Amino acid sequence: MVPIAIDNVTLEYDTPAGKVTGVKDVSFDIGASEFVCIVGPSGCGKSTLLNVIAGFLPPAAGEIRIDGKTVKGHGMDRGVVFQDFAQLFPWRTALGNVSFGLEMKGIPKPERDRIAREQLRLVKLEKFVDSFPHHLSGGMQQRVAIARALAYDPSVLLMDEPFAALDAMTRDDMQSLLADVWRATRKTVIYVTHNVAEAVYLADRVIVMSAHPGTVQADIRIDLPRPRDPLSVEFLECQKQLMRHLGHKVSGNGVGH
Amino acid sequence: MTETTINSEATTGAAASGTAMTERHKSRRSLWRAAIVLIVAACCYEAVARSGTFAPALMPKLSLVAQTLVTMLADGTMLEHSVYTLYRVMFGFLLAVLVGLPLGILMARFAAVEGFFLPLVSALMPIPSFALVPLFMLWFGIGNLTTILIVFYAATFPMMFNTWSGVRSVNPLWLRAAGAMGADESALFWKVIIPGASPFIITGLRQSFLRAWIAVVGAEMIAASDWGLGWVIFDAKEFLNTDVMLAALVVIGGIGFVFEKMVFGSLEKATIQRWGMSRVAKG
Repeated sequence: MVPIAIDNVTLEYDTPAGKVTGVKDVSFDIGASEFVCIVGPSGCGKSTLLNVIAGFLPPAAGEIRIDGKTVKGHGMDRGVVFQDFAQLFPWRTALGNVSFGLEMKGIPKPERDRIAREQLRLVKLEKFVDSFPHHLSGGMQQRVAIARALAYDPSVLLMDEPFAALDAMTRDDMQSLLADVWRATRKTVIYVTHNVAEAVYLADRVIVMSAHPGTVQADIRIDLPRPRDPLSVEFLECQKQLMRHLGHKVSGNGVGH
Repeated sequence: MTETTINSEATTGAAASGTAMTERHKSRRSLWRAAIVLIVAACCYEAVARSGTFAPALMPKLSLVAQTLVTMLADGTMLEHSVYTLYRVMFGFLLAVLVGLPLGILMARFAAVEGFFLPLVSALMPIPSFALVPLFMLWFGIGNLTTILIVFYAATFPMMFNTWSGVRSVNPLWLRAAGAMGADESALFWKVIIPGASPFIITGLRQSFLRAWIAVVGAEMIAASDWGLGWVIFDAKEFLNTDVMLAALVVIGGIGFVFEKMVFGSLEKATIQRWGMSRVAKG
């Protein structure tokens, strides 16, 4: 059985001019513990597709199955990390934020504190357990968000450009931290980004999407050994290969450079 | 590499606690500033009182006002008047919160409730509560009931209006995140919507109490008998006891200040300031 199947998914947006097809007939499978990046230009519907997988939006056609079950609405088999730092609850400490999902599961307080502390240690924030989000930097807030999404132990982690609003140096640190977390937890990750280097650094597989309407342009396996060296020849070669796929799409659509 | 990141972030944390220190410093400074402004205002009053522009009976010296205040505090009359006024204001205010808060929430959650109450709020909110006192007197007589109802009228709308805006302004991302973590309707309500709307709810409590306090003194002037700070002022006018009037005003201002700064100020400090959400309330 395929852990995650995205089966002929089509998405439509309501606009004043009528319905517009955002994503058309997208299909791909994701294996257990696989780290998949979805890369594409803005407007290719990659974030919308992630929202559908998360269950926030219904698809116009097709279906998404997780462990054989069709996705209908959100569920605790998936953890979600958004791009916006404001996703954390400002009235809860880092620990309180991370415990939220456990609280919803009805786990008693000592147990959920223990698990939440463990998750915060995983993202190297054990010193900031009692800090409120507004006292944490953007990178730290995103780490709390990752710990929060992992705390209730979902099998899939969905991430929507979680590091896009960070400065370049922090982003590099966060990518290596996420790679460590992924190695430690072996979750299935679906990660949306428009940053090619980020995709090559993190992913086992990269799904390249094209825009108007969004379709799967290429499905590329990244076989580089981990931890990856972003300055190695092989890494840059992979990056070029991805760029070619994205660039090909740009000239093919006649948008031009 | 990772090690250095953690170090630099540790300093960020230290810097954050540093700003908390300067904030305490700042609040002490603003207290001093307030005291100086009050002293300057008192000196101006004293200068006019001594200049002889008004007869001393109409504009007593501050020393006489202070003396009257001390006497009235000592014999317990001022305390008794304050207790009556506080009883009326708290009764009316709590009633307003009990009605305004749930209605504000319902308005924000259900379009039908909003459709019904919003025009009503818009029509009734601009009517000064004081203008209703004569009418309420005819309906409910002189005494506690009328004053409490006037307070209730004055305080309900700001509570309702602010709660309504607060619930509508809750960040949809919080609802999404909470939903993804398995929050049901009641968890969403108590653990996301209420704290998320808290900057507005606290502003609502503040404005509501201020309106209540203004309304109670006004209502007591006309509709109260024998007791209450507003009644003291109105009654003292009959006998030209300006020192009593001013002493009552000092108490009215003092109690209002205590509520504004101590009660609501500490509530704000313990919640939305601690959470870094107070900027949302101002904006």
